[in-house]
Parts: sequence; structure tokens; C-alpha cells
Amino acid sequence: MRSLILAAATRVVFPLLLLFSVFLLFRGHNEPGGGFVGGLVAATAYALLALTGGVAAARRVLPARPEVLIGTGLLAALASGLVGLAAGRPFMTGLWGDVSLPVVGKPGTPVLFDAGVYLTVLGVVLLILLTLQEEDEA
Amino acid sequence: MNTLLVLPLLVPLATAAATILLARSPRAVRTASFAGAAASLGAAVALLGATRDGTILVTQAGAWEAPFGISLVADRFAAAMVLVAALLLAAVVVSSIRGLDGARERAGYHPLLHVLSMGVSGAFLTGDLFNLYVWFEVMLMSSFVLVSLGGERAQLQGALKYVVLNLVSSALFLAGAGLLYGSIGTLNMAGAAVALRELPAQGLPSVVASLFLLAFGIKAAAFPLFFWLPASYHTPPMPVAALFAGLLTKVGVYALVRVLTLVFVRDTAFTGPLLLAVAALTMVTGVLGAMAQGDVRKVLSFHIVSQIGYMLMGLGLGTRLALAGTVFYVLHHIVVKANLFLVAGAMRRAGGSFSLEKLGSLLARSPLLAAAFLVPAVSLAGLPPLSGFWAKYLLVRAGLEAGNGTIVAVALAVSLLTLFSMTKIWNEAFWKPAPAGAGAAPAPLSAAERASLLGPVLVLGAITVAIGLGAGVLYRFADAAAAQLLDPELYVRAVLGARGGGT
Amino acid sequence: MTLLLALAIGVLYAAGTYLLLRRSAIRVVFGLALLGYASNLLVFTAGRLSREGPPIVPEGAVAAAATSADPLPQALVLTAIVIGFGVQAFALVLLKRTCQEAGTDDVDAMREEG
Repeated sequence: MRSLILAAATRVVFPLLLLFSVFLLFRGHNEPGGGFVGGLVAATAYALLALTGGVAAARRVLPARPEVLIGTGLLAALASGLVGLAAGRPFMTGLWGDVSLPVVGKPGTPVLFDAGVYLTVLGVVLLILLTLQEEDEA
Repeated sequence: MNTLLVLPLLVPLATAAATILLARSPRAVRTASFAGAAASLGAAVALLGATRDGTILVTQAGAWEAPFGISLVADRFAAAMVLVAALLLAAVVVSSIRGLDGARERAGYHPLLHVLSMGVSGAFLTGDLFNLYVWFEVMLMSSFVLVSLGGERAQLQGALKYVVLNLVSSALFLAGAGLLYGSIGTLNMAGAAVALRELPAQGLPSVVASLFLLAFGIKAAAFPLFFWLPASYHTPPMPVAALFAGLLTKVGVYALVRVLTLVFVRDTAFTGPLLLAVAALTMVTGVLGAMAQGDVRKVLSFHIVSQIGYMLMGLGLGTRLALAGTVFYVLHHIVVKANLFLVAGAMRRAGGSFSLEKLGSLLARSPLLAAAFLVPAVSLAGLPPLSGFWAKYLLVRAGLEAGNGTIVAVALAVSLLTLFSMTKIWNEAFWKPAPAGAGAAPAPLSAAERASLLGPVLVLGAITVAIGLGAGVLYRFADAAAAQLLDPELYVRAVLGARGGGT
Repeated sequence: MTLLLALAIGVLYAAGTYLLLRRSAIRVVFGLALLGYASNLLVFTAGRLSREGPPIVPEGAVAAAATSADPLPQALVLTAIVIGFGVQAFALVLLKRTCQEAGTDDVDAMREEG
């Protein structure tokens, strides 16, 4: 599916989508949004790239293999749960730091967990999409 | 205390993440996978150690108090199930080294194995019905991929049946959970147990209980919902099949036991006879199906179904002795059944086929394999002094004490037929001379293959023998676990009484 | 409103069950999806429908307004939807591969050999 319009639009939309996905991730803290939608939006950005420029192009831009994204995401989510245990509270207890950062707000375990979800969702969706498309291209 | 409860979930998760990240190096993946399985086993032993004296461990995830948050609960039964599951995982990891081809191993086999183990442990440990649904899905998702991994035609067709039936079961379970929440406003098992005391036993609780019975019945492969199991369990590689055969249906049985002894305890006049009827039919259809098959894997698959009937029998009788029988049966069965599937994998390697017609003279070719088959096979049929005998003995005695001669007669007859079907495998595969025209015999097993394929089998066999000879120890444990199950007040007080979060 | 949703749930269950019983495997997978939607809608409806405020603590307050909706059913449905999404995606991929291998999507024709 080579469409000039789609290819040209993708060039503009791709960075915007990525930015929007990060925005969603951090916004999810107090308002609608979160790691899951964020990860999905980021995955659509790469999926668009794969649709217009082929799977190889998408893989070139991807910072790590989807499998690595999944593994890192799982570890991040796991770590966010362990913080509670390390502090002597039940597993998965939400804990926040005292400093307030711009954009992120108070850094705490929920953001770490959400970031883990973000990476995992991104990795899983891309793994499925890219594998399927590679099969079709071959 | 708190940490012990989450370790059986965290260790597999961490292992899964590590094996994904290490994917480039098969050797590192295997090492990590084995280390993870060993750590799971250690965590499970510690958990059982902490619950042996009758303590019910509780933790509220995220410090949200029950019944609002998700409780993790471990009593004797749950801890023992976690331990057997971890044991089986370790055996499967070892046997996968040679029992599985490299392509499957590279395609994410090890992470899936550990995610499956996490789902199973989660289902055993959770104290919340919706969370149970989530753990079921975790377990199902990874089992879906494991069953279809490799993509052979027979495998995919088996997987499709497996997926469809299990998704129907999930939808029913979800509907039941939704209705329950609508009527009592909580899905915490302890909270639900308390809230349901205020409602009449008939009406909506019966509807929900029926939905749960149906959903868990499909997962446990009880009559008449078992047909997906023999259609799919023989298709994946044997280490995967062993894991499924040992664990997955037993999660359904566990959920049935948990829900019927804790949440829906009042309508036993309805559930008891129903379960007994289902149990009898499950036993009979399973064993008859097994007798008609000529493929080792299919014979074993049908026997899973018939054995599920025994576990349901104990639950249906509902006395302390009967429940102890069920607990004993489940624990023994996981070890024995998985072992038989692992043996089937070794038989295929040594004899070149799964078909009883084509196999032969395995006794002469590998006496060790023959011994490895004999132990679980005889135990499954229930001959003394192996573990299966004591499991059946407990159930039969419970049936006689309850004055239910019919179910006892069925159980004994099915046991005899099981022996017949095990003898059939023995005669055909081990005893008779190799059929003419079967081609050259496969090369004898190398030392590495023997360690990977027969090592776990022999360890599991030794456990079977140990359970048989030291049945008193496991019986006392099963009895104590049954006593705990029969007194839901203990569970409720442990979960709701420990308000204020972690202990 | 509840009656309307109840009817919708009933129709979804009926349609899902009908599709599950078809011979064409793709319809079976659609049927599964419909059963999942029906269950989700059931959880949502059973959690009681009400026109109340969102269960969010307003800025500066300590607790949510006294009449706020129960957030739990929605959280449950959301979880179930996400799980259902993943499972259905897998089922479709599995179906695609199975049909490629078997050369048909007729369940009756998919008899395994040996």
C-alpha cells in the first residue's frame, strides 16, 4: 500500500503521535490517559511508518527490538511494585517522592508502573503488527 | 510474611522479563529459566513452611483494605498447590532442554512458561473473584500461545478448539462475577462469603453459582464440557502437554473447591448431588474414551478427564474425609499425570512414534524408561503402595461413610478400567516385539538426552513412590487442609479481620 | 435504560451463541467477541446505572461528593475489555494461520489426520 498522501502525512504525524503518547502517559496520573493508551498511540505511530515505508523503516527508527521493550516494561512494572515491599509496606503500595518536577508532577511508583505498561503495550502491539506484516511482505 | 505471598508471582514475572531480554543467547535463556524455576520452587517451599501450622497468610495488594482492594491469601491448600506447580515447572524446564526443538525455544517458549506459572500461582493465591478472572486470562493467554507455538497443522486445529472453549468459559465467569457484584457489591471472596449469608440461598446466588460451576467446569474438563481437552492436549510438544495436563485443569478444580467451600456454601443440597452426578459421568466417559484410543497421548488425555471425576467426587461428598481425599488426589495427580506425559515424550524419542501400533519392544530397548513408565502408570490406576492408591482409598472410604454406594462402585469400576488401559500401553509399547516394517529403531538415547528426558521423570516418579510409602504425612496434611476449607470462618477472619493492610 | 441494556445484552448473547454454532471458523471467533461484549455490558449494567457525579475527589476536597457513581464496575469492564482485546487479537491471528494451513475455514472440514 504505497500512498503518497499517507507517506507525506506520516512524516508530520509521526513525531506528533509520539509526543502525544508521552503526554497521555503523564496525564494519566490524575486525568484520563495512562500507560495503556499512551503505548497504543505510540504503537500506531510506528505502525503508520511500517505501512508507508515498510517494516524495515519502522525497525530502524525503533530504539530497541519489541521484545526488549516488553522485557524492560515488565521489569519497570515489577520494580514499581517492589518499592512498596522495600519500604516495608504491602506489595504495590503507591509511594510518592516529595519533590515536584515539571510535566511529571510528583514522581512516584504509579508513574513508574505506567511507564512499564507503556513500554510493554508498545512492545506487544509492535511485535504482533510487525511480525504479521513481515509475513505478508515476504 | 507479606513477601512470601508475592514471591510466587514476582519470581516468575522477573524470570519472564529476564528470559525475554536475554533472548539472543539460548544458553543464557535456559540458565535463567532454570534459575527462575528453582527460585520459584524455593519460594513455594517457604510459603508452605509458613502455612503448615494452619496460619492463613494475607496481604492486601497496594495497601488497599479488603474488601475494597485485592487480597492475596494462602492457606494450606493454596500453598501446597503453589508448591506442586513450581515443582512441575522445574521438571518441565529441564525436560524441555531435549524434549523441544530449537525453533520453538527461540520463539519465546521460556518467557511464556514462566508467565503461565505466574498465572497459575496467582489463581491459587488470589482472594478476589475478579482477580481470579484476570489470573485465568494470564494463564490462558500464555497457554494459547504455548499450545499453538510451532504452528503445525494439527496443533493449530487443536489450539482453535482449546481457545474457543476457554473463551466461552471466561465470558461465563465474567458474567457471573458481574451479577454477583450487582447483588452484593463486592467480589472479595471473604467479603462475598459474608454478604451472601444475608441473602436467601436460592435466587440470584444460585444463578451465579451455576455460572461459576459451568465456567470452572469447562476449565476443569468435567462432563459434559470436556471434549476440548482430548481434541487439543495431544498436539503440542510433550513438555508443554505435561504442564497443561498437570496444572491447567487442576486450576479449574481448585477454583471449584475454593468457591464451593468458601463463597457458595449454603446450597449444598443442590450442588452436592449435582457434582456427584457430574463426577460419575466424567469418570466413566473419560475412561471409556481412553480405552478406545490407539495413541499414547490421546489415551493419557482422556485419562485426565476421568481423573477429574475423582476430584469432583470428593467435593460433591463434601465431608472432611472426602475433601481431604480431593486435596490428596489433586496433589498426587498433578505429579503423576505430568510425569506420564513426560514419559510419553521419552517413548516417542526412544521408539519413534506415539502410536501404540507402531511402538514395541521398548522394555528391551530401555529398561529404565520402562520402569519410569510403570511407576506413574500403576499409581494412576491406583494400585498399592503408590500415591494413587491412597488417594482413591480416601475417596472410596468417604463415599462409603456417606452411604453413597453408587459413586463408590463407579469409582472402583473406573479404576479397574484405568488399570486395563495402562496395561494396554505396557503390552503394546513395552512388551510386544517391535512390529515388522516399522523401519530401523531410532538411535539409543545419548547421555544428555537421558538426563534431560528421564531425569525429571525419575524425580517425579520418586516423589510418587515417596507419597505412597509415606502416605501418612500427606494424609495428615490433606486432612488439616480439608478442615481449614470446611471452616470458611477462618478464612474470612484472616482476610477481613486483618484490616489495616500488611501484617 | 436498564431494560434497554438488558435487551441489548440478551440480543448480544443470542447472536454470539448463534455465531458460535456456525461451521465457519471466522463466525465462531466473531461469536466469541459478541459473547465477550455481552458479558462486559452485563457487568456494567449489574453495577447499577445512575446519573451521579464522577467518583473523583474535587480539587481541594478530601472526599468525593456523597452521590458519586460506583467506579468499580467501570474499572472491571475496562480490564475485561483490554483482556478481551488481546485475546481476540490472538484468536484472529490463530484463525488466519489455521485457515492458511488447513486451506479452509470450515470447522467440519478441519478434521485432523493422524
